Amino acid sequence: MRTISIPRSASLVRPRPRGPRLRRFGHAAFVYALLLLLCAFILLPVGWMLTAALKPDTAPIFTFPPEFFPTQFFNWDTFSGVLFNPDTPYFRYSLNTAFLVFVNIVFAVISNSLIAYPFARLRFRGRNILFAVLIATMLLPAPVLLIPQFLLFYNIGWYDTYLPLTIPTLAGNAFFVFLLRQYMRTIPKDLDEAARIDGAGFWTIYWRIILPLTAPALTVVAVFTFLGVWNDFFGPLIYLSNTDLYTVAVALANQRSVVGVKWNELMAANLIAIVPPLAVYFFAQKKLLGGIASVGLKG
Amino acid sequence: MVAAAQKMRRGRRLGGPSLASAETRAAYLFLLPWLAGLVFLLAIPLGWAAWISLTDEQLLRPGVWTGVDNYARMLSDDLFLTAVGVTLKWIVLSTPVFMIAGLGLALLLNQKLPGIRAFRTVLYIPAVLSGVAVAVLWVVLLNGDLGAVNQILRALGWSNPPNWFEDPGWAMPALVLMGLWGVGGGAIIYLAGLQNIPPHLYEAAEVDGAGPLSKFWNITLPMVSPTMFFVLINTIVDGLLVFGPIYVISSGAQTGGPANSLLFYMYYLYVKGFRDGELGYASALAWVLTVIGMVLVWLAFRLERRYVFYEAGGDA
Repeated sequence: MRTISIPRSASLVRPRPRGPRLRRFGHAAFVYALLLLLCAFILLPVGWMLTAALKPDTAPIFTFPPEFFPTQFFNWDTFSGVLFNPDTPYFRYSLNTAFLVFVNIVFAVISNSLIAYPFARLRFRGRNILFAVLIATMLLPAPVLLIPQFLLFYNIGWYDTYLPLTIPTLAGNAFFVFLLRQYMRTIPKDLDEAARIDGAGFWTIYWRIILPLTAPALTVVAVFTFLGVWNDFFGPLIYLSNTDLYTVAVALANQRSVVGVKWNELMAANLIAIVPPLAVYFFAQKKLLGGIASVGLKG
Repeated sequence: MVAAAQKMRRGRRLGGPSLASAETRAAYLFLLPWLAGLVFLLAIPLGWAAWISLTDEQLLRPGVWTGVDNYARMLSDDLFLTAVGVTLKWIVLSTPVFMIAGLGLALLLNQKLPGIRAFRTVLYIPAVLSGVAVAVLWVVLLNGDLGAVNQILRALGWSNPPNWFEDPGWAMPALVLMGLWGVGGGAIIYLAGLQNIPPHLYEAAEVDGAGPLSKFWNITLPMVSPTMFFVLINTIVDGLLVFGPIYVISSGAQTGGPANSLLFYMYYLYVKGFRDGELGYASALAWVLTVIGMVLVWLAFRLERRYVFYEAGGDA
């Protein structure tokens, strides 16, 4: 796997003068000014959202000038209301979504590593053909599979359960398998051979040697799965009709269509939807950006 | 001959054919979940999808063979034509905007300045958020009467700012604006491409007296063009699949956006298949979407041959 790395050495081997110092300073100031402007464009809407969520029902949400930072109101009750109000039980929706996230991460880590292991480390008849098939499945049109898969799950009684949103993960994801296979190939073969001489079977080698050593790549899989499942909208939308099973994304999308929705509550719900992915992002930032870069370099 | 020698060595390492077949057996055991998914979640559904699209299948009623009726029906389905038009308009309008903005941002973030990492972190934030949450936020910000954006525009002297998502003519630009908020996602991919450009190219150009513009035009652009092509393909595919934000903007109604100005293809497919329950027709729509996608990707590959520069011997 490749990660973003700034070629620091590049700046070290370039001790040549770069124009007058003033111009260089001007250039840096220009870049910083632009970047600060862009950061304001990203962060001010989030600040506005927080300000709106922290207002009590009686305070106007839309003010002139717009308030981008909470200064006057800190009504945290909006959040507890949204989380526990029987009409908008976002605490329940969050738990539902967290459950789906957890199960999918476990399934994704196990299944994708199981599938990647033979492609990376074993020699077997049909390997090249099967690997070509795996890559080809990345090109399959998802919308075409949507309806027959829906009918399949509907007919075996999985509609309105979490099964269609979790079980398919066990079949692996071609991109994750590819990522893990690339990573596993970098582990020295000597380790397998030494274990085999000691009498270890393929399962033991996978479980005791390969899986632990693949942990960094598995973290990338887990983070992507977290973001994918937490943010997924289409799947829960078509498979769930019982509101008790709703995920945060579905509840949020439907809450907007409720007539007379309170803006402060809508913004509080929206913050509940974005805080977990944000937290994971800050926590796993390096891994995530590295993983995305490797996706980009695939092309 | 080399291959034969490798084979011999391999055979010896494995200790003969019995272990090799044990390895094959083990491999297939490991692959079992994937193979099961391949059959039940891909192969069978794919065939089934082809069959359904030739029937009048409905949610609770198995379909009857109707031949190519579903496909013929599209030609006279105004909403289908609207959906194709909206989706293509979006791709044509948004792709250059997102590509140029993404590359511009990546160039900024590629500067070697202290604290640049913090900027990268902040600017990537929208890319990890769900399309639904982002849409909920921007629908409120772009509220015509009271939204923060229009308050600012009025303060800047635009007395009659657009109604954005409530105006058929402005809904699409509003969606582009919303997409620009997430442009950091594409920028990170460009950034990786920029950082792969060997510094000696710039050094050589500087020795030859090249200015910044000439360096950008003759080094950066060709060297980053494979990444641009990758982003182009992604933007096209994403454009064909726009769904969540449209559901939010339309409040889940049958019409996509004001006067169907945001009736994206996937939204129409959802309405037909899962609201009206016309799974046969929706299945045919899905196949046509696939064909549209293939044609667009083919066009992109033709552009690639002309405009994308690949280093000789390089693999990307």
